[in-house]
Amino acid sequence: MQTLNTTELNINPPLNHDPYLVIDNVSKAYPTPDGAYVVLNGINLTVHEGEFICLIGHSGCGKSTLLDMVSGFRKPTEGEVRLQTKRITEPGPDRMVVFQNYSLLPWMTAYENIYLGVKSVFPDKPEAEKRAIVRDHLALVGLSDAADKKPKELSGGMKQRVCIARALALRPQVLILDEPFGALDPITREELQEELLKIWTDHRVTVLMITHDIDEALFLGDRLVMMTNGPAAQIGEILNIPFPRPRNRTRLMEDPHYYDLRNHALDFLYRRFAHDDA
Amino acid sequence: MTARLDARPKRNHQDLVSMLGKQAKVLYPPAIALLIFLVIWQVFTSLPGATLPTPIQTVEETWELIVNPFFDNGGNDKGLFWQVFTSLQRVALGYTLAAIVGIGLGILIGTSTFMFRALDPIFQVLRTVPPLAWLPISLAAFQQANPSAIFVIFITAIWPIIINTAEGVRQIPQDYNNVARVLRLSRTEYFFKILMPATVPYIFTGLKIGIGLSWLAIVAAEMLIGGVGIGFFIWDAWNSSRISDIIIAIIYVGLVGLLLDWLISQIAKLVVPEEQKQG
Repeated sequence: MQTLNTTELNINPPLNHDPYLVIDNVSKAYPTPDGAYVVLNGINLTVHEGEFICLIGHSGCGKSTLLDMVSGFRKPTEGEVRLQTKRITEPGPDRMVVFQNYSLLPWMTAYENIYLGVKSVFPDKPEAEKRAIVRDHLALVGLSDAADKKPKELSGGMKQRVCIARALALRPQVLILDEPFGALDPITREELQEELLKIWTDHRVTVLMITHDIDEALFLGDRLVMMTNGPAAQIGEILNIPFPRPRNRTRLMEDPHYYDLRNHALDFLYRRFAHDDA
Repeated sequence: MTARLDARPKRNHQDLVSMLGKQAKVLYPPAIALLIFLVIWQVFTSLPGATLPTPIQTVEETWELIVNPFFDNGGNDKGLFWQVFTSLQRVALGYTLAAIVGIGLGILIGTSTFMFRALDPIFQVLRTVPPLAWLPISLAAFQQANPSAIFVIFITAIWPIIINTAEGVRQIPQDYNNVARVLRLSRTEYFFKILMPATVPYIFTGLKIGIGLSWLAIVAAEMLIGGVGIGFFIWDAWNSSRISDIIIAIIYVGLVGLLLDWLISQIAKLVVPEEQKQG
């Protein structure tokens, strides 16, 4: 299963075959009074440009820590993360993060929240162009009418849309999503998954996304990275998701291969690396 | 926060009646409590050997002061308005200085761990010093009554402003700081778009405590420095055994204190972002 031959199925080959984002032998440990506590141990992952990578694993396995090292909020204890051969040392708008809890500034409208980033990242663009970027991206997520609303007037799904618009408006090379739809109701979640997929298809941005939902990962991703349990978590297995794009949820569910993959992932998570309390 | 005027619902007659009913529910209890208080006061001060005037005596004896707060016979012989006005001028100056310096220092120790470690222990010691303990040292330093009183206001009001501002800065949610880092916001942008809006409710908590303390301190300080001012008015009345005057001045002090508190709350309503209001 690990070595599924996907070439004839994959209609979205990577834009180029050079490694784009490289997680190179990364370990992360925190010092404690009883010695170092190792969260992640020897993680290696090479991501190609335009790939959609999903990460799955039980809570506490260090998925968020791993993505924090890609976004630059944390530094690896050993190894390094490189984007286009450049070592990542600090956060930056080339690796935009869509945070789990939205983190929109509550005193600004949807428009102003996006504009803040656009203004900071593209200081030299003319004012009219900056405004156009904000408006275009609000339209992209279907929130043109909510431009002047403050976050507290928006539903969870709308807030997450603003967050995605804010991230994409800055033309990131990598889009990092930490369980972006975890707090949403199932219907909104499916809607947003489809929107994200459409945006990804149009923008061909490289995506790293943490999820708890195997179906979400299989619907969205090119590859599913499954992590072993912490401490000292590693990448247990990488599953290729060979379904042709554009994907259709109903057709996908009817594909017998879908259940093979799904069962394989479930087997990994709930049998081979079952959580203690699961 | 803008253009809320048109959003106010139009009240028709029915609403007005029910509103008056509600007002009555709010106004009756304190009115009754006040009446009972006055009755108790009247009863106790009518007993043989009572040392304080009755409420009726108080009003009779201070009638001139009550009806004529604006007289000015030169020197210290001024109406209560002028006494309070002089005290308020001192408070305004000392408190404004405390607000400016306090917010600045608060942001400094809130944003810099090094400055926090350096200054916080000193602040923690100094803030427990009672306001009047500062008066002799400031008299020694300034050699004049008025600047000393203003300094006492300043040094009294500044601690809650510093401490609350610093706390506000440290309480900025990590999410907002992460957004600032990933967007690589400039320092100015961070200051005006994230730090200030997130901290302003805490700043106003400090400002509100500060104004209360200023008013407490000025009355006490003026008793010692003399001249015009509601504090010395009270002390002067005590020295001339005009007890009724003291009582009327105390009521003035209380009402003005309440007014100051209300004023800061009103400014807070205008300044604090709608989304950041506490409670």
